[in-house]
Amino acid sequence: MSSPKTMSNQTETPLPLLRTPLFELAVELKARLTPFAGWEMAVQYTGIGQEHQAIRTNAGMFDISHMGKFTLRGQELISKLQYLVPSDLSRLQPGQAQYTVLLNTDAGILDDIIFYYQGQDESGEQWGVMIVNASTRTRDKAWLLANLESANVTLQDVSKDQVLIAVQGPQAVSHLQQFVKEDLTPIKAFGHLEATVLDKPAFIARTGYTGEDGFEVMVDPAVGMQLWRSLIAAGVVPCGLGARDTLRLEAAMALYGQDIDDRTTPLEAGLGWLVHLDTKGDFIGRSVLEEQKAAGVQRRLVGLEMQGRNIARHGYPVLHNGEKVGEVTSGSWSPTMEKAIALAYLPTQLSKLGQQLEVEIRGKAYPAVVVKKPFYRASYRAS
Amino acid sequence: MSLEYPDDLKYLDSHEYVRLDGEIATIGISAFAIDQLGDIVFLELPDIGEKLTKGEAFGTVESVKAVEDLNSAVTGTVVERNEPMVQSPDLVTEDPYGEGWLIKVRIDDPGELDDAMSADEYRAEVEGD
Repeated sequence: MSSPKTMSNQTETPLPLLRTPLFELAVELKARLTPFAGWEMAVQYTGIGQEHQAIRTNAGMFDISHMGKFTLRGQELISKLQYLVPSDLSRLQPGQAQYTVLLNTDAGILDDIIFYYQGQDESGEQWGVMIVNASTRTRDKAWLLANLESANVTLQDVSKDQVLIAVQGPQAVSHLQQFVKEDLTPIKAFGHLEATVLDKPAFIARTGYTGEDGFEVMVDPAVGMQLWRSLIAAGVVPCGLGARDTLRLEAAMALYGQDIDDRTTPLEAGLGWLVHLDTKGDFIGRSVLEEQKAAGVQRRLVGLEMQGRNIARHGYPVLHNGEKVGEVTSGSWSPTMEKAIALAYLPTQLSKLGQQLEVEIRGKAYPAVVVKKPFYRASYRAS
Repeated sequence: MSLEYPDDLKYLDSHEYVRLDGEIATIGISAFAIDQLGDIVFLELPDIGEKLTKGEAFGTVESVKAVEDLNSAVTGTVVERNEPMVQSPDLVTEDPYGEGWLIKVRIDDPGELDDAMSADEYRAEVEGD
């Protein structure tokens, strides 16, 4: 082996890495650290397998304070924001949220985001919270401002003022409830509310990136540190980015910069369910999506299951009759299914379920088959 | 870190160990490597009868997050491979120097191991920084 000590440092950057306000708690627990999108983050605490299992069967949590957090306000916020996303935001009631994408004029994905609609504030302005990827925060902010500022929408970047803790797993609700005044049970998936955590104001949403039930809690750093310690004492397992990646891959959730980027459209990426061409007006990228929908996409992001134990990883070629037909965008061992799984873009004619293919791994071809996404579906999810 | 490095083994800076018993070398990976890799999910090992060359890769070990080559400290012929580990690679973690060995090689020249590290040298190497 070359040097396993540095194997997770693929994105080494000369700039000093940023640290979240919860960083010292990860160090306290002797987490193994990794650079991610310019941040120094915990990649694992006790082990990816154990952390993964904790979230699938009980409850675990992540510090995801590195993610971008914006507050958006404006008299016509919804109708203006509609122009930047393919989803129909006019359907949103206060307290609901939409997972969607920011598109460029080619319908390429600038970022995938969640927009949490809060409704109208006292002054009659519509407002909401937008959570974006850490790697794209600056670009998103510039894009939103360039497109919305003239429409009197204001953007407040609270990324560094607030921490974000994701508590995930079938028992997440009962563990988190002990520290929240409001009843969490009636909150539906993608529902959210302004709540009281450890007697302090908080924003709580029933969302996550694991394919499991769970919540994301946004609070002041001091409250976040106290909540983190309280949840550990309650038995919630601290988890790192390693398990976050295997969990989201089993749920076939895209990772920005890997499975989706500004050269892929939501229709190609299997995100057609968030493209609402029929119920909304014009938006950036609409004409490209209309054409793609009419003509059919040329390639699709599919799920692959390896037939042996070899793992198809990011960048490995996908072959058909010995010819390269695509590339793996994400691939890992699936701790839940105990199989190697992957996502890859393939020509549409080779993307049917059951299609036999091969993945080239270190010079040799190994059999793979196109399977249904997601690879894993939780038995229970909040409706 | 309180990882074990048995004194009767020789180590490579790429974290494989060798236990020499006459002309048979037992090759595995160190507790340090296992700790760094995390959960091991896949092992690719050479077949019995294959020739190995000192300094060259003879297989791979994969954890959930990483894949690494396995390098040979010796030149020789594979005489045995640890099938239970190939079937259940996670077991390597439990006893890397005992049940978790990977392959046994009949070596051509026992002197080849002279430049491999002793346990103390290896410990200094991996814990030095």
